[in-house]
Amino acid sequence: MNHTRRNFLKFMGVAAAGLCAASAGSALAVSGAGSSIKDSATAVNAKRWGMVIDTKKCGTKEAIDVLAKACHSVHNVPNIPGNQNVMWIWAAGYEQAFDQPNNYMDESVEKRQFALLCNHCTNAPCVRVCPTQATYKRPDGIVAMDYHRCIGCRYCMAGCPFGARSFNFMEPRKHLDLTTLNKEFPTRMRGVVEKCNFCVERLAYGKQPACAEASNGAVVFGDLTDANSEVRKLLREHYTIRRKPALGTEPGVYYII
Amino acid sequence: MKLYNGGKIITGLVIFLGVFLAPFAYNMGKAAYSQPKLKMPENEKECIESKEFMRTKHMQLLNDWRDWSLRDGKWVYVNSKGKEFEMSLQKTCMKCHTNKAEFCDKCHNDAAVTPYCWDCHIQPEGLKK
Repeated sequence: MNHTRRNFLKFMGVAAAGLCAASAGSALAVSGAGSSIKDSATAVNAKRWGMVIDTKKCGTKEAIDVLAKACHSVHNVPNIPGNQNVMWIWAAGYEQAFDQPNNYMDESVEKRQFALLCNHCTNAPCVRVCPTQATYKRPDGIVAMDYHRCIGCRYCMAGCPFGARSFNFMEPRKHLDLTTLNKEFPTRMRGVVEKCNFCVERLAYGKQPACAEASNGAVVFGDLTDANSEVRKLLREHYTIRRKPALGTEPGVYYII
Repeated sequence: MKLYNGGKIITGLVIFLGVFLAPFAYNMGKAAYSQPKLKMPENEKECIESKEFMRTKHMQLLNDWRDWSLRDGKWVYVNSKGKEFEMSLQKTCMKCHTNKAEFCDKCHNDAAVTPYCWDCHIQPEGLKK
């Protein structure tokens, strides 16, 4: 056979095709053959998780700090002095919490503190702006985060009208008590945004969110679509407001005033 | 056939081959690479999947576990033998492999890979300042 350019190119073409087929074949043969996944047996499910906070029962800085402590210790949230702190739940006055404070307000409401956290909005702006889908909406209404994917661009922080998101400006482990970490939950790393996750990891095993558990009934968590749920009962019986409803994000956290 | 500039080409080839083969010559006679000895769990003989699968595919498995648990909300993995596991690095894997330094790090160091699992996840030994 003549060694011609034509024959050489033909040979190379066949060889390249063979290599492609071989690597494609081995790539298809991944996955643990015969494995499957399923729900945890104790998981609690809902169509739309929501929260009702009775601000009459839990309306002081001290009371809210109890919730914050419970939440932050479960989720290994650091306490950083200064204006770069990381907060999943925190206390603030009426003016910061809600739109348009009235003049001459009832003194008890004016002085009350409100527990603020991620509202897990139905139309969450943070989900819409996240370029990597690190923040996403679960079918049960929870706005969750996958910290593996977060690139720290902070679009979500600009998008969130509630200030519910914190950026890790520094290595959070430097400000954590490493001896009392919750070893069942990760920490975060420098350069990612974090926020309240409505305790998805606890709901998966039938537990209530940490703040609800620590609140002595002032914070109630449940399914907003279930007319018989505890949250719906509270919403029927009390006048409640949500934060910044005019923005149309449809928050899932209701406040009894 | 005549080779133009033959002297230069052949000298060049010899130098190239010399440099190219230097690592082989350097390592000649040294002991062959041996896989590191890992500290295996004492109470558990079988991992989530077969040894071969875990050895080659644990990273894909962990990626799948992350997406299934976080995104799909399914937290239980049923392996090919029907046994159930909670999909969690800290709560499942590291409960048996109780020593990151003696297990994970040995191969990862040998293979010169630096996975960033432990930037966030807490190793079973705990963290030190």
